[in-house]
Amino acid sequence: MIQIRDISTIELDINGEKRKVTVRAADTLLHTLREQLGLTGAKAGCENGDCGACTVLVDGWPIKSCLMLAVEAVGHSVTTIEGLKNAPTQKAFFENWGFQCGYCTSGFIMNCHALATIHPGADDDTIADWLQSNICRCTSYEEIANAVKQVLKKDI
Amino acid sequence: MIPFDFEYYRPDSISQAVDLFMSLTRQAKKPMYYGGGTEIISMARANNIYTGGVIDIKGIPECNKFGYEGTDLVIGAATTLTKISDSNLFPMLGITVARIADHTIQGKITLGGNITGTIMYREASLPLLIADCRLSIAGPGGTREALLSQVFDRRIRLEEGEFITHFIIDSHITSLPFFHRKATKIDKIDYPLITVVALKKDNRILVGFSGLCDFPFRSLEMEDSLNQPGISKKDRIQNAMAYIPAPIVEDIHGSAMYRRFVLENILSDALEL
Amino acid sequence: MKIVGKTVPRKEGLDKVTGAAKYNDDIREPVAIVVADTEYQAQQAAYLINVEYEPLPVVRTPSQAIEEGAPLIHENLGHYGKEIDDVYPVPGTNIADHTKIRKGNMDKGWEESDVVVEGEYFMPKSDHIAMETRNVRVKIDPTGKVRVYSSTQSPHAIKAELALAFNLDEGDIIVTAPLVGGGFGGKAPVNLEFIAYIASRAVGGRLVRLANTREEDIATSPTKIGIEAKIKLGATKDGILKAAELRYLVDAGAYSDTAPRMAKTMASNGTGPYNIENVWCDSICLYTNNTYSTSFRGFGNIAHTFCMERTLDKLAKALNMSPFELRLKNAIGPGHTSATQVKITRSSVGDLEKCLHRLNELIDMERSLRVEEAKDKIIAKGMSCFWKTSASNTDAISGAILTFNKDGSINLICGVMEIGSGVKTGLAQILAERMNMEVDKIHVQMEVNTESSPKHWKTVASMSTFMAGRAVLAAADDAIRQLKDIGAMVMRVDPSQLEVGGQKVYMKSDPDNYVQFKDIVHGFKHQGGGNAVGGQIIGKGTYIMENLTILDLDTGKGRMGPAWTVGVQAVEVEYNTKEHTYKLLKAATVLDAGRVINPQAAKGVVMGGMSMGLSLGSREAFIYGRDGGILNSSLRTYKVMRFGEHPDYLVEFIETPAQNGPYGARGFGEHGILGMPAALANALSRATGLELDQVPINPELIWKMKTEALS
Repeated sequence: MIQIRDISTIELDINGEKRKVTVRAADTLLHTLREQLGLTGAKAGCENGDCGACTVLVDGWPIKSCLMLAVEAVGHSVTTIEGLKNAPTQKAFFENWGFQCGYCTSGFIMNCHALATIHPGADDDTIADWLQSNICRCTSYEEIANAVKQVLKKDI
Repeated sequence: MIPFDFEYYRPDSISQAVDLFMSLTRQAKKPMYYGGGTEIISMARANNIYTGGVIDIKGIPECNKFGYEGTDLVIGAATTLTKISDSNLFPMLGITVARIADHTIQGKITLGGNITGTIMYREASLPLLIADCRLSIAGPGGTREALLSQVFDRRIRLEEGEFITHFIIDSHITSLPFFHRKATKIDKIDYPLITVVALKKDNRILVGFSGLCDFPFRSLEMEDSLNQPGISKKDRIQNAMAYIPAPIVEDIHGSAMYRRFVLENILSDALEL
Repeated sequence: MKIVGKTVPRKEGLDKVTGAAKYNDDIREPVAIVVADTEYQAQQAAYLINVEYEPLPVVRTPSQAIEEGAPLIHENLGHYGKEIDDVYPVPGTNIADHTKIRKGNMDKGWEESDVVVEGEYFMPKSDHIAMETRNVRVKIDPTGKVRVYSSTQSPHAIKAELALAFNLDEGDIIVTAPLVGGGFGGKAPVNLEFIAYIASRAVGGRLVRLANTREEDIATSPTKIGIEAKIKLGATKDGILKAAELRYLVDAGAYSDTAPRMAKTMASNGTGPYNIENVWCDSICLYTNNTYSTSFRGFGNIAHTFCMERTLDKLAKALNMSPFELRLKNAIGPGHTSATQVKITRSSVGDLEKCLHRLNELIDMERSLRVEEAKDKIIAKGMSCFWKTSASNTDAISGAILTFNKDGSINLICGVMEIGSGVKTGLAQILAERMNMEVDKIHVQMEVNTESSPKHWKTVASMSTFMAGRAVLAAADDAIRQLKDIGAMVMRVDPSQLEVGGQKVYMKSDPDNYVQFKDIVHGFKHQGGGNAVGGQIIGKGTYIMENLTILDLDTGKGRMGPAWTVGVQAVEVEYNTKEHTYKLLKAATVLDAGRVINPQAAKGVVMGGMSMGLSLGSREAFIYGRDGGILNSSLRTYKVMRFGEHPDYLVEFIETPAQNGPYGARGFGEHGILGMPAALANALSRATGLELDQVPINPELIWKMKTEALS
């Protein structure tokens, strides 16, 4: 049984590295990534699961890290934007002007990266279904759609 | 940021979970069973709930069942909505849960969590209500099986310390024709203005509603009206409206009058089933 | 009452410093500050504070605020001390400012009009929703230096306003601002910085971090204005506009901030890009109990565009003329004058007619405006022209500094904030063009620091490329002069014989004869003896707004901005007549950019503005409860456009240079938003047969108006 009662040290698998962090049980994964591990790619946009700016991958699936306790991640592998190095999705966002202020971008990229990995042949409805989980306030989304399609077509 | 502290336990068995619940209760820790945790985390952040200890049921094997056991489809309470919708084992449930929150969160919300939550919609309960789903419930008195309709009155009502381990659905239900419609104010990703799920079984239409009243429900009176032979569709709908079991919700998503209008339109389509 | 801790005196007149509770509910006005080691501890402590409020009568709307005998939001109005030149509050009322436009002769205008139409309009207050909520860190060094780290559009304004509020020397305040996670005007005002400074001061100068939750950002930090308006237009039977009477009531909320300037902008630009000889406008900015307003993308120009363009469609209907033809006939051009009596030139206004014709090729606005596509399905189109100039301070300044690296590359330093528009890329391109070198060899300082970055007024008003671009060009010219001087010494020719390009200074007569930047930018060292000449090259350039004037109090005569940017937009919708739902099919913009510096960035920023405009038109508004609180203060309930709800976007540019802009460029960072609510409302009005004169337009509104029309 996994348990923590007070502020405790737990071990997380982050971007393929074992990292020890000291957390409260009530600390979210987002808070731990940013404040304990200095991985500030995941952003707090609402801390309520609405905007997707904090999206990371847990066992390859997109998860809003504001709605996951850090301790829940014990035993799972977590990938943040810092763990992607020149992934095709990153390049596609860059080439398609898929971001402006950049605050939502790492969340979008993590979600798109998971989509391209899990559903490499995703149709438009599936793309929309997945990407409606994230909010971008700067672009028109058309740029992001172009980026995703470029990745899915492996045109990169 | 959750402003208060609690303890976290991820037990490996039902008995461990129940024992923890009892001992935390004795310590006045107001324990909560924890599934996906999305609602607990967001409500805790807003200081709308308090708990001194959460018991995460995701490590319990029974809560992670997912598949056929004989003629029964068994879905563990800790199964995520994404797993249900991706599997297509029960399309009516799959399509319903694929419209709860958004795709990413569906990977965290569990079936048990949605149904036992406190937010008034709990749309996953609609297919299960009209499918006459059974529950396996664990608690201090051991495990028991019950019909969902027996423990569901506007919300799930369990005894102190009990939790649902899995849902059991008659497999022949999963292939029957069904209808799902979620109407929102304007955005696809939003709470429902009204969600209607309907199932055609033995030439009778069974219907569940969310967003109409401040709880999800199935009304046998409404079903009788909707299935009444020999009268027009329009009249059947009007007759059914008379049996809406509580005041129609009036809130920032829509007025009660508008919800009536939307409901009439949806029922008109549902009756084509 | 028991007060724990120390009270902080509030400086009257600078009306945003925390202190007096002017709001009517419990969460919008900070009344106490808790500082703790961790966020959750501070939160726990904050829950222990009980504040007792005495309920006062609430002023919710500007029309309530202007009523005789309305409760006064500011009893001391007019006695705060003068902070701004051209704002004229009226003591004893809720009027923060009243701008009048009196152009031509209204009697004559109405007399010449064969057709007169009127409309009343409403746009609610709503939020910026920058993805990064406002946040700041402040610490005070033992030496007294105040260090502010802020997500802001106005680092230099923070310095000035903190100095004013707390009697500090400006030189003791150092503001550092990183890349900003979206602003849209919402991070132009100084807001949390005041509170964070007080908090740091209370704990001996320790580093204090203050970050809004999304709910706080929506409900307590400044918002977009709301307006109520009444428009009356007169035209000849041929569709020539003769008279316009415009009345705007602008909801400033509890404090004025930039709302009076937006009310002024609405007055000065209220006619839209049309030639109207007789104009009468009253634009009245009012205090209410709502969360205070500040600049929002468009700076009031969305509001007057909505009102005017809806009325133009009513006029077109009355004249039985296509909306396109009516707009084309009245398009403003050289020889006309603006409502504030500024002479219009091709350079100052660009070419609206060209924009209109190009738009008509993208989406035909003369034919098939409403087509019954199938049972229950109607496809309809709507359009809107727009124009905007900045409403900046008449003495707004910008500056740029160029330093050089030993490898011959350039560092571009300026006070413009990067908030997503790509402005710094554009500035680097402008510099590369003038220096005739590769843009990759220009390093742009992304983080702004008020100690070392030259002052840029504020990153607002779509003026950053324009103002900082001019400063960059001046800095480039300054650097080129120095490069030629030192090149002349090295090459033993007169500087006039030299040219700069490819990171070299070369002979005009023989480009193969050159000296490289890398050998001269930190001084030229002679081979052999090693003695050196020249010193390091530092280019500087500045810009100050030219020929702007404040508006005349009685007539509104005056020049508010350096040049207009005009354009036209259209929206195509599919309307379901049974359910009253609709889909966005297409949205188009043709805009006269003067000169497009970066095509991809330009298209992106216009499309982003269009998306936000459609979001305003379809779903964004604060919803107030009975007690006055905002009911939708989270992204769960305050909805913005999401992926998949977007239409197909068509964006094109016309290029009519603005003679005073860098390479002819005009500002257009905000402009994509301007006509979208109007074009959407025009399309949906045409589709539904209703007069949809308010936003947001959601299916329930259409259903309600349809139902009312039937009964």
